[in-house]
Amino acid sequence: MTDASMVCARGLRKEYGKDAALVRAVDNVDLDVTAGETVAVMGPSGCGKSTLLHLLGGLDRPSAGRLWLAGQRIDEMSERGLAALRRDAVGFVFQAFHLMDELTSAENIELPALLAGRSPRAARRRALELLDQVGLADRARHLPSELSGGQRQRVAIARALTNEPLVVLADEPTGNLDSEATLDVLRLLENLHVAGQTVVIVTHDSRIAATADRLISMRDGAFVDDTRLTGGTSGQLGFVTDLEG
Amino acid sequence: MPPRLLIIWRLAFSDIRRRKSETALLLLALVTATTTLTLGLVLHGVTTSPYQRTRAATRGPDVVVSYSGRSAAQAALALIDISGVNGHSGPYPVAYATLRARGRVVPVQVEGRGQAPAPVDQPDLTQGSWARPGGVVLERAFADALGLSAGASVTLDGRPFAVDGIAVTSAVPAYPQVCFLLTCNDPAPAQYGTSDMGMVWTTKAVAESLATGAAPLSYVLNLKLQDPAAANAFAAAHGRGSLAGDLVSWQQISAADAELVLAEQQVLTPGSWLAGLLALASVTVLAGGRMAAQGRRAGLIKAVGGTPGLVALVLMAENLVLAAAGAAAGLAAGWLTAPLLSNPGGGLAGGPGAPSVTLATVGLVCGTALGIAFISTLVPAVQAARRSTVAGLTDAARPPRRGSVMIALSAWLPVPLLFGLRLIARRPRRAVLGAATVLITVTGIVAILTYHATLGAHIGGWSSGLTDPVTARVSQVLLVLSVALVLLAAVNAIVITWSTVLDARRPAALARSLGASPRQVSAGLSAAQVIPSIPAALLAIPLGVGLFAAVGNGVAPAFPAPAWLVLIVVGTMAAVAMLTAVPARIGARRPAAEVLRREA
Repeated sequence: MTDASMVCARGLRKEYGKDAALVRAVDNVDLDVTAGETVAVMGPSGCGKSTLLHLLGGLDRPSAGRLWLAGQRIDEMSERGLAALRRDAVGFVFQAFHLMDELTSAENIELPALLAGRSPRAARRRALELLDQVGLADRARHLPSELSGGQRQRVAIARALTNEPLVVLADEPTGNLDSEATLDVLRLLENLHVAGQTVVIVTHDSRIAATADRLISMRDGAFVDDTRLTGGTSGQLGFVTDLEG
Repeated sequence: MPPRLLIIWRLAFSDIRRRKSETALLLLALVTATTTLTLGLVLHGVTTSPYQRTRAATRGPDVVVSYSGRSAAQAALALIDISGVNGHSGPYPVAYATLRARGRVVPVQVEGRGQAPAPVDQPDLTQGSWARPGGVVLERAFADALGLSAGASVTLDGRPFAVDGIAVTSAVPAYPQVCFLLTCNDPAPAQYGTSDMGMVWTTKAVAESLATGAAPLSYVLNLKLQDPAAANAFAAAHGRGSLAGDLVSWQQISAADAELVLAEQQVLTPGSWLAGLLALASVTVLAGGRMAAQGRRAGLIKAVGGTPGLVALVLMAENLVLAAAGAAAGLAAGWLTAPLLSNPGGGLAGGPGAPSVTLATVGLVCGTALGIAFISTLVPAVQAARRSTVAGLTDAARPPRRGSVMIALSAWLPVPLLFGLRLIARRPRRAVLGAATVLITVTGIVAILTYHATLGAHIGGWSSGLTDPVTARVSQVLLVLSVALVLLAAVNAIVITWSTVLDARRPAALARSLGASPRQVSAGLSAAQVIPSIPAALLAIPLGVGLFAAVGNGVAPAFPAPAWLVLIVVGTMAAVAMLTAVPARIGARRPAAEVLRREA
């Protein structure tokens, strides 16, 4: 582990079942993500990408290996410690958005702040600020059912940023979106990158991967390739935008 | 069997077999309610035949006259000669004395008898022999309460006597109802309590010797009528208002003897309705939960050509079958346990025998059980039937409700309360059901506490320290009833929490992914049950006192001690929290990643 590492994994393994039915969803993975870096993880369905993301965010526990987040060992943390970590240091973005159906956009975004013990007023202020940043200031009182898929994912991204996390972990953030909505999300991710936010994105979408600093390929739970990409992010995004246009 | 019926039967039966634990809980709720209802119904009239047996064995009188004073004596004795009276015994002298035995001091009514058997009202000996000089015979229920048998020793106003025998009579209501109708209040001075007076027979000489200036003798005259059925009319025509003293018909004495069982019935009838309401809540929760899990099944039936009507019938059929089974089991359990509660006590000869289960009782019990199942299943069955086939096949969860006020309010609260309140706002009907369960149970318990408080306030305990058989029996029934209510409420609390846990899988996993700890989530799940039960428990206090007032025969209720009420409310909260903690913890421990993956 280097001093600059925001996320570090050594010999990380996650197994399900046993004996003949044993499945290694994540198999002996070593990973270093430096602060401000955007890393894309690609691979076929079922190769263990989402499981890796859940392990990195403390949402699941590894079967073996060591894991650090901002220098803190998290694989040995208590459930309570992991909850605090998810609350303060990690922001999740899911493919299925996972917004609370009965809460408005603003209420969904302010939820992590309330869980962190912030005052409702401060939480609401931050939620409105983030809604403005993701271009949904006029949708604060809308329920998820009243939003398009792209708008829901923008709300989900805003929610992931509520507590100013050290790292954002995005699991197929454009997997359920059409092209236009994908572009909106790509722009947001680019903004995060520019702002120096550490991001790990699991994706099938090569356009998203192209915006990253590094591209890791996974197969059968293991890393098969780790490539540092060159070229400006905005240039890459511009390229993507041109494609869409 | 018609194909349609066969399909309904097969699907309903296979689902019953597949969900054994839920089926067991449903049956438990239904059987408890129907057993209580059956007991309340079949206890009616069970003391009639023991009284008739005692009346036959003792040549029981049709009318008993009790009087004191010279003028009353003339009027009473004149009754012997009027038309319609074709036999009599007495008048017998009655004195009031204090009996001491085994450390107890009890007021007694001492009736003086001759050695020859009386033509009317000859008490039937169940032990020993008739009273000889220096001996007494005790009424059996009174002897049972004292724990005395033939051969024991007692004192009457300090004079020693041997207990020659134990007997039953149909001329005086059994202990502790001896003074229920007769003239105990009339000549008996204040130092003789009347509520726990016992009945003693002895020789005329002894009875007369026990009279004092302060407590003079009174007399009892037993009359046999040509038409025993007219005894009530005879007593009314010649009773108070005339100078003959108190006249009591055998029907009135029989009714007083039935007091023991009547008191139980008065408790069991409202108790059975409370248990029925709890069962309704149980079945609603369980049936609702089953329905929610059957969305896919409904979709499949419709996908292969089933009509919405058939879907609704299939979904309702299994609950109706279970209700019928529960009613049958409840009827059997009620019929079998009724003799335990309907024992007429020691004052009457013989046992009650098996109570009769009439067609009306069967109809009412079955109707109640089927009604409970029908009411609680109809809405979810129709909802499932009307749902689109595609939505059913994808088994999409019922969309949650949005309670804006609750959501806004909860933002100011700690995380467990925030989560709990929002869960309540998502499914308000479930919260109402949980609150109703607590309301019914605590209402029942407060009514029981009010009964005990009222008993203490109005009777204040007997100086003799003997236990009133009526109170003891009612207390036993109340204990059984409160156990049944608490059991049903516990089942409901666990089932409601588990339904909440299943329904809240996704929001709980999501809250954990956003940083809530498992403890906060499980505390939130428990809070979702505890919060609605607070107003319910508080509201149950006046309702419980009101329930007692409604069924308490006009007795002014005494409020239970405030400490008890506080204990009930706090205890209810603690019980709900404890009962919900286990399912809540199990639910909160489920890996969040797995839930989110599955629900993606």
